Amino acid sequence: MTTAPPILKHPMVKYIREDRMPAIYCPGCSIGIVTQMVARSIDNLGLDFSKVVIVSGIGCTGRTSGYFKTGTFHTTHGRAVVFAEGVKIANPELEVIIISGDGDIAAIGGNHLIHACRRNVDMTIVCINNFTYAMTGGQFGPTTEHERFSQTSPRPIGNPEHPFNLVQLAASSGATFVARWTATQVRRATASIEKGIVKKGLSFVEIVGACPTAYGRMNRLGDGLDMHKHLLKVAEIQNGLPPHEAELDYDRRIVCGEFVNMEKDEYTAVLKQMREKLRK
Amino acid sequence: MPERIMFTMGDIASAEGALSAGCKYFGGYPITPATEIAEWMALRMPQVGGSFVQYEDEIASITSVIGASWTGVKSMTATSGPGVSLMLEAIGLAVMTETPLVLVNIMRGGPSTGQPTRGQQGDIMQAKWGSHGDYQIIALTPASVQEMFDQTVQAFNLSERYRVPVFVLADETVGHMRERLVIPDEKDLKLEYRKLAAGDPADFLPFKPDEDLIPPMALLGSKYQFYATGLTHDERGYPTDKEDVQLELVARLNNKILHNADKIIDLERFMLDDAKIAVVAYGTPSRSARKAIKEAREAGIKAGMLRLKTVWPFPEDALADLASEVKHIIVAEQNFGQVYYMVKAAAAPTPIHLMAKPAGMPQLPHEILDKIKEIDSL
Ligand SMILES: Cc1ncc(C[n+]2csc(CCOP(=O)(O)OP(=O)(O)O)c2C)c(N)n1
Ligand code: SF4
Ligand SMILES: [Mg+2]
Repeated sequence: MTTAPPILKHPMVKYIREDRMPAIYCPGCSIGIVTQMVARSIDNLGLDFSKVVIVSGIGCTGRTSGYFKTGTFHTTHGRAVVFAEGVKIANPELEVIIISGDGDIAAIGGNHLIHACRRNVDMTIVCINNFTYAMTGGQFGPTTEHERFSQTSPRPIGNPEHPFNLVQLAASSGATFVARWTATQVRRATASIEKGIVKKGLSFVEIVGACPTAYGRMNRLGDGLDMHKHLLKVAEIQNGLPPHEAELDYDRRIVCGEFVNMEKDEYTAVLKQMREKLRK
Repeated sequence: MPERIMFTMGDIASAEGALSAGCKYFGGYPITPATEIAEWMALRMPQVGGSFVQYEDEIASITSVIGASWTGVKSMTATSGPGVSLMLEAIGLAVMTETPLVLVNIMRGGPSTGQPTRGQQGDIMQAKWGSHGDYQIIALTPASVQEMFDQTVQAFNLSERYRVPVFVLADETVGHMRERLVIPDEKDLKLEYRKLAAGDPADFLPFKPDEDLIPPMALLGSKYQFYATGLTHDERGYPTDKEDVQLELVARLNNKILHNADKIIDLERFMLDDAKIAVVAYGTPSRSARKAIKEAREAGIKAGMLRLKTVWPFPEDALADLASEVKHIIVAEQNFGQVYYMVKAAAAPTPIHLMAKPAGMPQLPHEILDKIKEIDSL
């Protein structure tokens, strides 16, 4: 009689709700990779996981929070950042991480993003930029490049609008740590997420990812493997480059790196000082 | 703190009520005629060790309040009609995730930007039906500065007990009038706090209700891990599109309020015992009605008032009883008729007469008296 070989568990599975596997993601999607980046960041930092709060909005990326085995919340579309602000301000002891999509963070939630950056609340936003509203089937969004095809900019029309550069947006709004990586630069991206978590202030980490099912298909970019190979090819590391030079041109050049890391009064610390001032 | 006496406005009384109830988080955005609540909180919150945050809009305000509440902190926002309109999607999220929170709506003239500095009672149906889907909230309607305080305390108690958003629906006149306010000694206040998760975290089911239909709440940052979502979820909190789970969840979210309506509803019966004509009113028009009824009595007309201090859940049974006691019911409200339709449904076939006034000046006592006389002569 032969004994079955022991089933090896993924080292990050301790952070994941195994009873919810398999996740809803399509084969070849980047979201699973980013989920792992966040888990590894938490693990590398040795955080008390029960004090970590993971918040998402709505979308494929928005489902991420639900796979983590801690206090997690799935807000309405676009509101992950403001829900998270309420959590962090009411209990600054908690480590608050937001994981959501480009549409959630920069379109319907765009106003909240810029004001959270301005306020400089100590939280980490991980935004997966797949250039589309994937969950609803692949319409163009705030990061879709001009003339790209989508369900609402069909062939041969193409996207009439122009994209936000999320790094520039977050940096100019006052975020104190800003980085961009592609989903293929796992180690570097994980290190930036760690730095973002440690940073006392608002950290914004953009992960450029692949949605082969919607964006890839409509723009004939190949399958998940092709798209990730492409991301690796065009990723150009330029740490410390001024954010306004952090170009993102999908076909040619995706500038990656850490672009902002500065000191600024953090919001919950300021509130604490104000309370103390009144007590005197 | 010992008892304090103030001469102040309704908005500030509501803010003080929240502080007395233990509120430690206020998220808001300025809007007439509710701004004074935010202004008062901006100074008072840091004094009591809480947080006041002025957000970029009302969507942010209420969503942050939901977040704060999940850390275990009693939390609130205050606004007026245009702000509530922006908050509606988040109110649905609070209902679905069973988040205790208090929303004070100082009602101004509508629709749209309407008359910011004039009062109205046009948001009664919005409070109940504004967000999509079938759900219940609780809404209280104070009529004096003291009640702004008392009913804000009560709003916190109810929201904690039932894990539901509670509205304080005050018309602008109540929000801005100045009267004497007695803030009771803190040891005389009965304060409630949500039921918290207990037992082995491994067995914990975050949305499994107790017999009272209310699940104990796990807090963010506690040893209980959970997933809360606006999607239809089972007792584990996991999303599902199963029909039986949807039916069970929606029924429970409604029934936890409806089955306790008797305990929630607060009414005042004024000179009703032998009345033939009853005025149904709430907020400022009820103050006019009180005077009109006294004068009608002096003129020999048996009039009385049922004053609603709770509009949601709607006091259907009390209205049905009233219909069997009196010959006529007059509904006086500062809108084009909202509570009127609820009264009609509950009190038919007794004749129901609407005194509608969707404008800033409430029905004046002599106008209500004239109406009582007119009905009496029928
Ligand atoms: C208020 C509201 N409007 C629209 C939707 C529909 N909707 C769901 S997900 C989504 C887009 C999500 O895009 P993104 O944030 O980029 O996430 P992705 O699916 O691409 O990961 C939209 C428009 C919604 N759920 N709520
Ligand atoms: S639709 Fe796109 S983003 Fe959504 S799971 Fe599939 S590949 Fe990923
Ligand atoms: Mg997207």
